[in-house]
Amino acid sequence: MKTVCLNFQVSLPMTLKRYRFFSMGLDHNYLDDTANRYATQRAARMCYLPMNALLMSIIKEQAGKFKVSFTIDGITIEQLRAWAPEVLDSMKELAKTGCVEFVGTTYSHSLASLTDKSEFEKQAKAHKKAIEKEFGVSPKVFCNTELIYSDGIGEMTADMGYNTILTEGARHILGWKSPNYVYAGAVNQRQKVMLRNYKLSDDLTFKFSCKEWNEWPLTADKYAEWIEGSTGETVNVCVDYSTFGLTNEAPSGIFEFVKALPEAIIGRGMEFDTLEGSATKHQPIGVLSCPHPISWADEERDVTAWLGNELQNEAFSKLYGLKAKVAKVNNPDFNFVWSFMQQASNFYYMSSRWLGTSNGSPFDSSYDAFINYMNILSDFGLELDAQIAAKKPASRSKKAAAEK
Amino acid sequence: MRVLMFGWEFPPHIAGGLGTACYGLTRGLARNDVKVTFVVPRAHGDEDQRFTHIVNASDIETDFCRRDEYTKEIWENLSYISIDSNMVPYATPEEYFERREEWLKQRETSVVQDSWHQRYTFSGKYGANLMEEVQRYAMVAAEVAKAEAGNFDVIHAHDWLTYYAGIAAKNVSGKPLVVHIHATDFDRSGAINPDSPVYQIEKAGMSAADKVIAVSNLTRDICINKYGIDANKIVTVHNAVRFASNTPDYGERGVKQKIVTFLGRITFQKGPDYFVEAAAKVLKRLPDVHFVMAGNGDMFNHVIRRVAKLGIADRFHFTGFLKGDDVQKMFAMSDVYVMPSVSEPFGISPLEAMREGVPVIISKQSGVAEVLDYAVKVDYWDVDAMADAIYALVQYPALAGMFGRMGYDEVTGLKWNNAAAKVKDVYASVLNE
Repeated sequence: MKTVCLNFQVSLPMTLKRYRFFSMGLDHNYLDDTANRYATQRAARMCYLPMNALLMSIIKEQAGKFKVSFTIDGITIEQLRAWAPEVLDSMKELAKTGCVEFVGTTYSHSLASLTDKSEFEKQAKAHKKAIEKEFGVSPKVFCNTELIYSDGIGEMTADMGYNTILTEGARHILGWKSPNYVYAGAVNQRQKVMLRNYKLSDDLTFKFSCKEWNEWPLTADKYAEWIEGSTGETVNVCVDYSTFGLTNEAPSGIFEFVKALPEAIIGRGMEFDTLEGSATKHQPIGVLSCPHPISWADEERDVTAWLGNELQNEAFSKLYGLKAKVAKVNNPDFNFVWSFMQQASNFYYMSSRWLGTSNGSPFDSSYDAFINYMNILSDFGLELDAQIAAKKPASRSKKAAAEK
Repeated sequence: MRVLMFGWEFPPHIAGGLGTACYGLTRGLARNDVKVTFVVPRAHGDEDQRFTHIVNASDIETDFCRRDEYTKEIWENLSYISIDSNMVPYATPEEYFERREEWLKQRETSVVQDSWHQRYTFSGKYGANLMEEVQRYAMVAAEVAKAEAGNFDVIHAHDWLTYYAGIAAKNVSGKPLVVHIHATDFDRSGAINPDSPVYQIEKAGMSAADKVIAVSNLTRDICINKYGIDANKIVTVHNAVRFASNTPDYGERGVKQKIVTFLGRITFQKGPDYFVEAAAKVLKRLPDVHFVMAGNGDMFNHVIRRVAKLGIADRFHFTGFLKGDDVQKMFAMSDVYVMPSVSEPFGISPLEAMREGVPVIISKQSGVAEVLDYAVKVDYWDVDAMADAIYALVQYPALAGMFGRMGYDEVTGLKWNNAAAKVKDVYASVLNE
């Protein structure tokens, strides 16, 4: 029986505020609270709340036959807790049904997997803890930030105990192979690699509202027919959660589409399952090798959207250069800044490939984003130095006391 | 003595040092009993008018039908000058692009028309249609000269943008013309291009003038050697600097580490590249010094990329264009000020820094180097010497203290009153001729 996995990526990055050089040394609040509250509450109102309610009603109706999967990072959980706690409540209700899977990811939606193994592990652990605390379930499947994956990242997650990982079904990795099967990782071949079917996923996110598309309007029946007609055992549709209500607003009919989808799928003799469930049911049909990092971004499906120019590389290396100092200070306020400074979005806004087109950036240009980020990072670095300097004499006197 | 003065900008609406210098000069002239009528495109209404009488060029009506011979001649003489966007003298790129976008959409400057007369509205900002504005300004200048006839003895024009206006006013009124060279095309582009319309306007202005005032000997030499102007006609009057009598409280300084500042337009002329390279050299030895580049310009993005590439972005900060109090605040926060200009006719910014007791490093290729003793002078291209001087001023408090103290005394001795008295002498000399 062909399995359909629905994975929703929920991510609300914390936006940095406009931070001038003159603020350095004086102002240590780096976040734009107004923008963050607005974005969170808008997403809650237009997407999270109506979609959660819809999923709940379908789960009840189908009595165990409808399952979905969420990837929600720690920063997003914090944002929801601060600005829209009712979303977290509805998520908890969903978790209780047993039909909803929560996937492991990085706590800060960070790019740590590309530079620092120990930080990556720390983030994955922190995220697991947050999911267990919030939803009472433990993630078994891993999906890295922006679906970033390589053989090395697969090995790291396998070592952490995740025996299944979800990544992009990138054409240059697959070649003639189909994304609709379970594969084995190249290093640890016991790890199962699940692949996102980008065509069917992007049809929902980017084409659903597009009236110029020759398949418009997309009905649940037509979509189920495409899934039925595709070769393979597990069709993994992985989309940003904002597909429902934000990218495609309610009048587009996206919620009606979701409502009709379960009957259309089940009626064609297919089933829904979680990523974990599908990976258990289906055997790997081959080994998938991926020496260079891939992601779900752009045509290239690589990581150059975040680390593609000298601005991004400089900011990234300066950020991780502070790691030892953050560990030394080990103060919750500083750890929080360290967490949100690692968000992939910070580097995405510095990308030069957009050249004026909107990439959702709150900044005028990649240069503007870079200057703002570096001002904050510099102030953060100075504050860390001040903390360490303040700590030193204390520890020395302690040592002196011990010697006496 | 009464002067009809043509400028392009006046505080608080300024894009660079020209407006500041004009303001200081008019104040100094007022103290020397010289009455100034300052013509500026688009007066905003909030200029300080205690010392000058500002005529808004946009308020002067130009009658198209009854053009007299002079304005007609100017219109005809200038109309062939093609609009060359590379010749924008100084403006932030934003202003430039905004103006250009607008211009590309409309293909003309906005002209306010009513049924009784035609009235030109100036953008008051530099843009791609600058040449057109220079022409129109000249036409209006002739009207101003007619309207103000009998109210002035001398015409004084600042920088090339107003030279045609000065010539037009001279033709209409028959009064002597003094042109004031604050910067030349040679400074801006680093070479003489005889085909450049700016060069031609500059040369025409200097030739038509009865006397030429240069802001430094450096500039005077350029006028003689590159423009072929008679040396006897050119007088050097160094700029001065005007300070508010009380310095405001800028609040607590956030960064405790040493701050080395560059403040100015980020363009080829100002040598921002050399500052970056010197910063990288200093940071190799002293990783805790902070460098600030304040300003904006066409090399902004280039400089940011270079800073990122050198890996010093956590010690090298950008503020963007600073306005009003923020400029003085930036000087007050600095421990060392650097002006690495490739070619600077005068350069008023180091004086503002010295007024805050900040030791300065200036390039030998600047006019201000002629009047300062208590400033470190280096060749703009000598980044090793520049790095060396920064290191010394940051590391040795005795040296920095000496430069700060002596520099303060030196700079407070540079008075616009004295400069204005020299300008008044120039006026007297052309009136006697």
